[in-house]
Formats: sequence, structure tokens, C-alpha cells
Amino acid sequence: MSRATISLPRTVAAHAVLLTYTVIALFPVVVIIINSFKSRNAIFRTPLTPPTAETFDLIGYATVLNQGDFLLYFQNSFIVTVASLFFVLLFGAMAAFALAEYRFRGNTLMGLYLALGIMIPIRLGTVAILQLMVASGLVNTLTALILVYTAQGLPLAIFILSEFMKQVSDDLKNAGRIDGFSEYRIFFRLVLPLVRPAMATVAVFTMIPIWNDLWFPLILAPSEATKTITLGAQLFIGQYVTNWNAVLAALSLAILPVLVLYLIFSRQLIRGITSGAVK
Amino acid sequence: MGSLNIENVKKAFGSVDVLKGIDLEVRDGEFVVFVGPSGCGKSTLLRVIAGLEDASSGNIIIDGQKVDAVPPAERGIAMVFQTYALYPHLNVRNNMSLGLKQIKTPADEITRRVKAASGMLSLEPYLERRPAELSGGQRQRVAIGRAVVREPKLFLFDEPLSNLDAALRVNTRLEIAQLHRRLSATMIYVTHDQVEAMTLADRIVVLNGGRIEQVGAPMELYNSPTNLFVAGFIGSPKMNFIDGTRLGETAKTIGVRPEHMTVDPKSGSWKGTVIHAEHLGADTNLYLDAEQAGLLTIRTFGEYRAEPGTTLYATPDPSRIFRFNDQGRTIR
Repeated sequence: MSRATISLPRTVAAHAVLLTYTVIALFPVVVIIINSFKSRNAIFRTPLTPPTAETFDLIGYATVLNQGDFLLYFQNSFIVTVASLFFVLLFGAMAAFALAEYRFRGNTLMGLYLALGIMIPIRLGTVAILQLMVASGLVNTLTALILVYTAQGLPLAIFILSEFMKQVSDDLKNAGRIDGFSEYRIFFRLVLPLVRPAMATVAVFTMIPIWNDLWFPLILAPSEATKTITLGAQLFIGQYVTNWNAVLAALSLAILPVLVLYLIFSRQLIRGITSGAVK
Repeated sequence: MGSLNIENVKKAFGSVDVLKGIDLEVRDGEFVVFVGPSGCGKSTLLRVIAGLEDASSGNIIIDGQKVDAVPPAERGIAMVFQTYALYPHLNVRNNMSLGLKQIKTPADEITRRVKAASGMLSLEPYLERRPAELSGGQRQRVAIGRAVVREPKLFLFDEPLSNLDAALRVNTRLEIAQLHRRLSATMIYVTHDQVEAMTLADRIVVLNGGRIEQVGAPMELYNSPTNLFVAGFIGSPKMNFIDGTRLGETAKTIGVRPEHMTVDPKSGSWKGTVIHAEHLGADTNLYLDAEQAGLLTIRTFGEYRAEPGTTLYATPDPSRIFRFNDQGRTIR
């Protein structure tokens, strides 16, 4: 180990910087979670103290869970996120494989075209998307959301994955071809397992904005049956009165599923590095 | 079975011509080595034979049958790659048998062939291991085993020893030579290492810049190279090339192999100063800065004590001097 890393003042300074950043990043989340367990008065009077025996109150969670539709909102969010994630990873990886593996006219141009979506936010096209969904009768369906989120996630997925696919050994793919594999089998059985860490990265980057999105559910699927969790939480925010207990409880609950998904993918991030077959 | 004909094969990537018209005939059971500097097109030619690349024009004929439109798996070939290219998720047994399962070979036939191949390559103790648990040499033997079980008409080797260390390289080279003798199969082997080419080949094909420079048995290439390129490429250390005019010769270039010169401290044809000596035990390479001939490499057999700065005289064996004209072709 180099001397610089064991010098005490440097270590302290580095930790101080990192801890400060951690506190700043976690502060809003912690405030939401501790206040979700407090009574309404306590939230306003002492917003920064953790719940005590007097102020502890589960009224927020009770409201949220008794508001029967809430499980449905969760389910909607989950279906939309998982389905979009599946399509983004599947089509993104396939497009990336084609761009990385095959020589064809316009390959570079196609890559640039697909990467354009990273730079141009999909929300610019909201009006056109809404018209399209109205015309095709998809308004107030989860399908509408899944289609939009798949389109939204693909550019970054293709961009990241094609870089990784280029690093997969040509010899391995050719060995598969000589053994008589179809291109699909080469893609699914040989290439995908080797780019698993990259897939996990893409999954995390794709999933979080979808889960947290308020814009498209509000515009494309605001009906009671298709509300997502972020849209459902708005239910408790009124023009004059806001049920803060319920809002905070709903937001705390909304963190959980995405946290679980994140943990699953981050394990893959670490574990997925395969080696040995290729030098 | 197992002959190969290459008829006027050309290959271009975009505007870059990689193969500029290759004609070659490989007889059944022959061991042919493609050798050449990097970028000469030897690997591309092998890929075209395998069907992994399409030729821009020309024909590939395996065993009398035109295979230009036949996918790699149906050409009756097997290939061994430089980076082993084993399937990381499968154990050794399944790595070898997967290709056979793919073409619906009966299970007992697969078992028999895997057993025979793993016996031949002493891989039995490792059959249940995954590639990650094997050493480099073992992995390359598995890759060879995967080729053997297919019982192909044609074996293709793409620099199979390049990733192995020097000692293992010699062993594996020996195994490939024995394998060829035992299976008496047709083998095509690509390498940039002329020692591998000389030791393994029945015939060597020297490629340069997308063209065949010369085809012949190893000693044929060594003793009668057709041009400067082959003369310089075959043989190690490299042949000395001396400007003909400096020696008062009519030929443009004079070539003498380092091992075809003798040195003497008192008298000889070319006087020079030793600038460096490499002592290898079995032989000693001397680098001599000669007044008349320029920088010379001389290979002496056994130990030869010579300190840098000493004066020596070099004398070429007159019967083994090569002369090249101004197109670089050998004057016979």
C-alpha cells in the first residue's frame, strides 16, 4: 500500500468528505421515513426528531393500506417496471449484438441514430405520444406505459451493451458457429452470460427512472385501474389539505420494491464476472 | 477424403484487399502450415476456408465438393483457436460433446468418441471440470479434443500455441505432430512462428501481403527460397543481406545465412569488429560490424569466446551464397 493512503490526516479528510456527502444524500430519505412513523402534530412540530413513544403513530400506513387500491397501484408499478425492463434488456442486447457483431452498410449510422435518444429527452414528444396512444386506443392501459418506457430505456442500453459485446471474444462465437449453433443460440447461450455485469448496470439505470416517473402515468394512464404508485401517492396531496402521514407512508413503501430489485442486480454486478474460458 | 482446393480466392474488407488471389491444393492427409508476418492474410484465409468469412470471389472445394455456400458446421471441418474459445459454462466432457449433440449423434457414439479423444490427449482426470479450473495447456488440449471428436475431413488450427509459455509450446507442438501421425488427417495450421512451421509442416505456404510467396517442403524453402522475402522469413537468426555493389558482384543483393559463415581471428573474406555476442550454450550468435559487408549475424556452433571490440574475419561458404536480382528474385 502506498504511504499516501495510510497517512492519518488524509484518511480523516477523505472520510469526512465521503461522510458529508452520504449525510446530504440520505437526509431527505431519512426525514421521510422517520416522519412516516409519527403523528400529524409531531410531523409539523418536530420534523427532525425520530419518533418517540408519545409521537409514534402508524396512522399514515393504516390510511395507505386501508385505501384498498394501494396494493393495485403497487402491482401496476411493478408490472410496468418489470415488463419494460425485460423488453429494454432483450431488445437492447439484441440490437447491441447486431451492431457489435455484424458488418453491414450503415452500421455506424444506425448506432448513432440509436444513441440519439440519450441526448433528446423523450418527454419532448409527449403530445405526439399522447395522440398516438389515443389513436391506437391505448390510453389508460399499462401497455402504453410499457411501450413508452421501453423506447425511453433502449438508447442507453444499446450504447452501453454494444461496447461490452465488442469485447466478447470472436473466437468463442466462431467456435459456436463451427459447432453448428444458430446465431440466436450464440447470442443467448454464449454472449449474454459473458455480458451479465453490463446487463445488471443497464437494468439499474433503466429501472429507477421508470419506477419514479410521474409524468407519463399522469398523462397516459391516470385512470383508477392503471395508476402507478407515484401517481397514487398524489391522491393524498390536496389543493387545500394534504394528508402528510399518508403521503410519507406511501413514499416510504414505494422505496421498498425498487430497493429489493436494486439489491438483486447489484449482486449480479459483483458475481457476474465470468472468466476462464477465454484467456 | 480430406483434400482441399483453393481457387483464385480474393477477399476485400471495404477498399482493403486482404487476399489478392490465392490458389492452393492440399492433398489428403497433408499437414500444411500457413506462415507469414502479421497482417499477411493467413488468418483471413483460414476463416474463409472455415466459412466464417465469405470470399469476395473464388472457390473453396473440400473433398471435391464446392462449399462456398455451405455453413461452417456442415463443411466437415473442426477448428482450434488461439484463445481456446471453450464454452465457459460447460465442463470438459460437454465442451467436447456439444457439437456432436448439435448434429444428433447417438449418445453411445458420443461417449465412445469423447473417451477415445480424452484418452489420446490424457484428459480423463479433467472431464468433469470447467475451463476455469484448467491450466492454459490443458485448455488447449480440450480445444484440440473438441476438434478431434468431430472426426472432421479437415483440421484448422489458428495460432494454437501463441498463448502458451515456451516450455508448454514445445510439448503441445509435439502432441499436435503425434496427433497428425495417428489420425493421418488433413491439417491446416496458421502461425507467425517459422520454427513451428518448420517443425510441423509437410509443406509450408509462405504468405505476404495477401499473396502466396512460395509453397514447398520446409527444407526446400530453406535451401532454395524463390525470393528475398522467403529467404529472410525462413531460418533463424535471419539471413544476412548484403548490398551486391559493395562486394563488386553483379547481383543486386547477396544473401548468406548466419550458420553458413565461419569466423577466424587471423584471416578471411570480410574483416569486422564484434559488437555483441549472444551465448546460448549450444551455439553462439556473433554480431559483426564488417568494413565491406555491413552488419553481419554469424552463428557459430558450441561456445565461442569473443569480447565486443575484437577483430574477426568472416568467411561465407561459397556453395551456399544466394544471389537476388533487382526484383528480389533468386538468381539460380
